[in-house]
Amino acid sequence: MQLKHSGSKFFNIGIKGCIVLFLLFLMPKTQASGEKGADAEGFNAGETILEHVEDAYEWHILTYKDKHVSIPLPVLLIDDGKFHCFCASHFHHGEKAYEDYAICPLDGGKKGRIVKVKEVGESMDSAALVEAKVFPLDGRQLMVDTEASLWDISITKNVCSLFIAIALLLWLVLAAAKNYRNRGELAPKGVARIVELLVVFVKDDVVKPAIGPKYRKFLPFLLTMFFFIFFNNLLGIIPFFPGGANLTGNIAVTLVLAACTFIITNVNGTKHYWVDIVNTPGVPWWLKIPLPLMPLVEIVGVFTKPIVLMIRLFANITAGHIICLGFICLIFIFGNANPAIGLGVSPVSVLFYIFMSALECLVAYIQAYVFTLLSAIYIGLAVAEPHHELEAK
Amino acid sequence: MELVLPGIGLIFWMTLSFLILAFILGKFGWPVIVQALDKRETKITESLELAEKTREEMKALQANNEQLLREAKEERDSILAEARKISQKMYDEAKEKANEEAQRILTSAKENIHYEQMKAIAEVRNTIAELSLEIAGKVLSEEMKENGRHTSYVNRLVDEIKLN
Repeated sequence: MQLKHSGSKFFNIGIKGCIVLFLLFLMPKTQASGEKGADAEGFNAGETILEHVEDAYEWHILTYKDKHVSIPLPVLLIDDGKFHCFCASHFHHGEKAYEDYAICPLDGGKKGRIVKVKEVGESMDSAALVEAKVFPLDGRQLMVDTEASLWDISITKNVCSLFIAIALLLWLVLAAAKNYRNRGELAPKGVARIVELLVVFVKDDVVKPAIGPKYRKFLPFLLTMFFFIFFNNLLGIIPFFPGGANLTGNIAVTLVLAACTFIITNVNGTKHYWVDIVNTPGVPWWLKIPLPLMPLVEIVGVFTKPIVLMIRLFANITAGHIICLGFICLIFIFGNANPAIGLGVSPVSVLFYIFMSALECLVAYIQAYVFTLLSAIYIGLAVAEPHHELEAK
Repeated sequence: MELVLPGIGLIFWMTLSFLILAFILGKFGWPVIVQALDKRETKITESLELAEKTREEMKALQANNEQLLREAKEERDSILAEARKISQKMYDEAKEKANEEAQRILTSAKENIHYEQMKAIAEVRNTIAELSLEIAGKVLSEEMKENGRHTSYVNRLVDEIKLN
């Protein structure tokens, strides 16, 4: 999405990138520090896309003639109980280490994240060096300090986007609330009209039918959840600065959202809900005694529900971003082979990109709706009174 | 790989800010909006019900009015009929009375006439009798000189005349 700003870096594009695009997740990412030189010349679509989909320590706006224009964000680290705070620009877009910290270029779960590093000493034997994975950075041979207990709570691009979204949401909803407070029972005006549309939808079509008579207690939480997901999805579609961060396509965010649903569901679970889990009704006794098969399945179900929520939102939004980026990358992939082909491909690519973006707008709404609806259904199952279920049956 | 590994920093900030967001909106945002929506909903429902009720009432009122009008008309008609009847009756009574009066006057006149007639007849008879007597007296005085029994015979003759 923000890729069109990534500029001249992509002018020399190899056919390799094309393969990367189509085998995005199959291809082992061997883009280690040794290939840094190759990176500058070729265009690695897979890496580019992932770079845009993942979190970053600076908000990259554009690259012009090998110069990166980006907003550096504060890095906050808690290392062994000590608090460190400095600007991400000290890393020079990952090309330099600052103090004992560097952005890890190595694969294996830490790539692109800040790690504590130490210089490779003379005393280390070669076997230890192979284990430790050495990488050169800024003329030094560095390796990840695996013993360090580093807590990285930096204000990354996603955190920044999160704050922007929250500020926007607070303004929107509080402005709407103020409107209602001032105008009383009159028809809503201004932003309240948009908010009302969504609130009425969530309240009457999602929460009320899913939870039943006790829905009021959970309405604020589910409304917040719906608005949060919907707004961040939409912000993610905007291709330039205030938007473009793949926040709801980040597993940490969906994890927290799903955890909220999980906690609320189980904290509010009635006795009936727990009895149903341990002693499922309508199941032959030999599935429960001596081997508690059904209870096991039910207990696993308690955890899979939020996990599915987490993965669904993450996968949908990330996939959307990847497809959109992929279409733009096609221009550079073909352009790398021959500028004329790239030019020819670009209208098609842009057309597809527009189509996908439109589709993403729909997905933004649908995913927010699905997440809220399923959360409401899970809560509804947990708080349902026995006679309601009997009626349902 | 990094794509599916949640970063601790983002989890921390996300939890913190989402809870704050949920708290603030749950305290100052949603309740106000939802309450206003509920209030409006009840107001609209009540208004619709009221409109329905008013319409019913209007209908009832209209029906009532018509009923009243009809009753008034009926009453007017009945009053008119009654008045007509009374006037007729009065007319009839007056006529009857007049008739009776006339009858009575006529009767009394007849009686008077009869009485006067009788009186006249009696007078005439008396006069005739007196005259007869006088004549008879005169005749008889001529004759009585010799016989008185002729007077009673003459009287008896006069009586026979009256009876005839």
